[in-house]
Amino acid sequence: MDTALRPPVIARPAPTRHVGLLARLRKSLFSDWKNALATIVVVALLVRWVPEFYNWAVVRSVTQPDNDACRALDHAGACWGVIAEKYRLILFGRYPFDEQWRPLVATLLMVAMLVASCTRVLWSRWLVAAWIAVLAIFFVLMRGGVAGLTPVETARWGGVPLTMLLSTLSIAAGFPIAVLVALGRRSHLPAIRSMCIVYVELIRGVPLISVLFMASFMFPLFMPPGITVDVLVRVLVGITLFSAAYLAEVVRGGLQAIPKGQHEAAAAMGLSYWQTQRKIILPQALRMVVPSIMNSFISTFKDTSLVTIVSLYDLTGSLALALGGDANWRQFYLEGYLFIAAIYWGFCFAMSRYSQWVERRLNVANAH
Amino acid sequence: MTEPIINFEKVSKWYGDFHVLRDIDLSVAKGERIVICGPSGSGKSTLIRCINALEDHQEGRLTVDGIEITDDVKAIEAVRKNVGMVFQQFNLFPHLTVLENLTLAPMWVGRVPKKEAEERAMAQLVRVRIAEQAAKYPLQLSGGQQQRVAIARSLCMTPRIMLFDEPTSALDPEMIKEVLDVMIELAGMGITMLCVTHEMGFARSVADRVIFMDQGQIVEQNTPKEFFANPKSERTKDFLSKILSH
Amino acid sequence: MIAAAIWFLAHNTLENMRVRGIQSGFGFLTQPAGFDIGESAFAFDSGDAYWKAFLVGLSNTLRAALVGIVLTTILGTLIGIGRLSRNVLVRGLCTGYVELFRNIPVLIQLLMWYFVLNEWLPPVADALHPLPGVFLSKSGMSFPVPEWEQGHVVSLAGFAMGIVVAWLYRRWARAAFEKTGVARPMVWPALLIAVLGGLLGWLAGGAPTALEMPVRNDLNVSGGGAVTPEFLAVTLGLTIYTASFVAEIVRSGIQSVPWGQTEAAGALGLSRAQALKLVLLPQALRVIIPPLTNQYLNLTKNSSLAVAVGYPDLVSISNTTLNQTGRAVECITILMAVYLTLSLVTAALMNWYNARSAIKER
Repeated sequence: MDTALRPPVIARPAPTRHVGLLARLRKSLFSDWKNALATIVVVALLVRWVPEFYNWAVVRSVTQPDNDACRALDHAGACWGVIAEKYRLILFGRYPFDEQWRPLVATLLMVAMLVASCTRVLWSRWLVAAWIAVLAIFFVLMRGGVAGLTPVETARWGGVPLTMLLSTLSIAAGFPIAVLVALGRRSHLPAIRSMCIVYVELIRGVPLISVLFMASFMFPLFMPPGITVDVLVRVLVGITLFSAAYLAEVVRGGLQAIPKGQHEAAAAMGLSYWQTQRKIILPQALRMVVPSIMNSFISTFKDTSLVTIVSLYDLTGSLALALGGDANWRQFYLEGYLFIAAIYWGFCFAMSRYSQWVERRLNVANAH
Repeated sequence: MTEPIINFEKVSKWYGDFHVLRDIDLSVAKGERIVICGPSGSGKSTLIRCINALEDHQEGRLTVDGIEITDDVKAIEAVRKNVGMVFQQFNLFPHLTVLENLTLAPMWVGRVPKKEAEERAMAQLVRVRIAEQAAKYPLQLSGGQQQRVAIARSLCMTPRIMLFDEPTSALDPEMIKEVLDVMIELAGMGITMLCVTHEMGFARSVADRVIFMDQGQIVEQNTPKEFFANPKSERTKDFLSKILSH
Repeated sequence: MIAAAIWFLAHNTLENMRVRGIQSGFGFLTQPAGFDIGESAFAFDSGDAYWKAFLVGLSNTLRAALVGIVLTTILGTLIGIGRLSRNVLVRGLCTGYVELFRNIPVLIQLLMWYFVLNEWLPPVADALHPLPGVFLSKSGMSFPVPEWEQGHVVSLAGFAMGIVVAWLYRRWARAAFEKTGVARPMVWPALLIAVLGGLLGWLAGGAPTALEMPVRNDLNVSGGGAVTPEFLAVTLGLTIYTASFVAEIVRSGIQSVPWGQTEAAGALGLSRAQALKLVLLPQALRVIIPPLTNQYLNLTKNSSLAVAVGYPDLVSISNTTLNQTGRAVECITILMAVYLTLSLVTAALMNWYNARSAIKER
């Protein structure tokens, strides 16, 4: 062996064949024949369809609410005029035209609260109080009847405010139920445990639509004769029960992940069952499952679109309302669908991005 | 002089823009036992991972057992049949029993009939003193036991070169000895061994050559006696003072 | 306390039903249904009983669900693997697919597909004719079906025997591999044998080739097998929506296998194909299959949205019956019972699979 010391070698940049944008692209797109073939096929497809779509959606489209111009297009271009014409009906449902500033304000307040809830800095009991206040304001604004606002019955609520109300309220109300049910499933009392299991497995085993049907058709029968329950309330109860069952499973997962030592330490300190849960177990469990809870919220948000089937005019239903009855505009349903699909997509995508961010931060925190 | 079994000629490797191996020149003779040490980030793991083509290199020539390592998949597979590797994280296959872990490669790569493969596997398990665990699953064993199984698994392919990438770094202290004992026994068998480790006692008792790497280069190499007694470079002295002090 | 609550509800229900004159009991199931069903796998007319109507609904649900499950598995797996591709274009496209279809409610996707199929497909007179015997138009898709003859029974029997022989071959091939170390191909010969068996049976049965071809005239396409645009919309929408979730499941399953496993397999000399088959897939599948069956269940439950496009699945039939007979409690109970059974059976199968394949740890 050569035991002599050698002069140190200074670092030099990698040969150009291997670095730089061109090299990376080459490795990525043309590394072997299968890859190259895939690249060619994809590029061919994109070249064929993307300009076509762009032409349809932008170049040849009509943005003015001009029915004749739209019909003249004959599907060669998109008729965004239908949105320009009908957007208030789609966004707010059958809410009286002049009063539509009210649902607008209410929705913006709700969205602001959601964004605020997402900022960890603001997590405190003041947030809960703020939520209650905002929900109250929401109802007052929408319902009217006080402070000089004309009353608007719940049957006329629709569009985006209704979607927001259903999703937020069902998660807000479903959450405490979910926690109770999750605790109940781990309880030692057989009656409570079996009831909770039956509830969760029943709701999770059936489609939401059947729960909504049950809420729509069967709840009136459950009430003492003579009492009628508002459709909105019935549907709200249905969605709440539905999301609570899924949330209960999420919370149960978090509870199961808490090491037994925590319970033992609390018992050794003399804390009662409820004190243990409230102060020690639940805070840890819930913090762990925040991303899953967000996913549940996203699912519930998407599921609210089903209320159209039980005749509530949320964002999906209000589209049918806006276009279904209007012979002039009915053929432009596709543009309408794309519009509401974009709204849903925007909300859900933002929420899922946020939830991924939260998850990453949690993983970093847990690693320490 | 016989052909070296491993030959690095001005081998350089980059991770993106980072020059991780710089103009490595290294010849390993058949049957030689080499320990490679150095601070973390010095490229020692990368060096031995180049030998069985788990890492590629951008410049220079690397020849292992007469085969030059290039992009050619066939050449790489031929090399890997004769080179065994033991990883820091054991990397046993958790869905197979210990015995199945050992017989997998002989059966599917070496085309050995099952019965013979199992006999050979049991012989290796006896050698690493873990034969009674043959029917267990890897995750049912302790760290030291898993690493010994990993060594036996590599030996089942009768490799001519054995590579060890910090084999004891992930083990609890009380298990390090059982693995080192197996490696010392192995060293007496004539297999070419390259070992990246911090266990200097092992280096002293077994190695023919100790190599010190820093910043992607081989700074110094010598017999263990000379290396520990008279380190020549300042960097070597610095490193040795840090790790030999306790 | 709980008993009191249940008693309260039950009492109210009975009271309400008495007040409204609603009868209870499942007797209505034997009465004639009084409505036609637009699409059915077997014959049904308005004179048939309600229970038969429910059965048609169930068969429609299962038909859409099974086709959807097969298609979504194929599509989702391809997209999931595409998300891990080295090719940045393929990766971007697959990621875009997942992010797009995951975040739009499935109902809207169904409605859009239904609208597109209705609006943009040509009327029957100008039906698209992509393959011989296949017609695509506003009234749906027609395709040739073999005319059922004696010969087909024999060919089916031949196919079944072919499967048995193929299974025996695989057993022999495995035993030979273990004995001699020479690996024999397992997949292609088995397929070949099964197909060969079917072919021999077909020949033995007189080689029946008669196909019932759809015939198009100006008004409709008659003959052959047909599926309605509603079925197409439901299957298409469900497949595309669920595939985005399946893709994520497949991707995270593959990524859950530590990189060291691939390295160790390679270091032992296994080829890429061998490493995939022996080391990666077994571990990845254990992670993929439980959430995958969950998605299959979701697809089946989502098929209930077919009621919104007029596809006569179980929910739709239940809804019609409910509106006609007023028997809300019974109809909804039947509905929920069927879905619950499907879910529980799937959950039981999943638990059995999990227990059997669990990686054993300390």
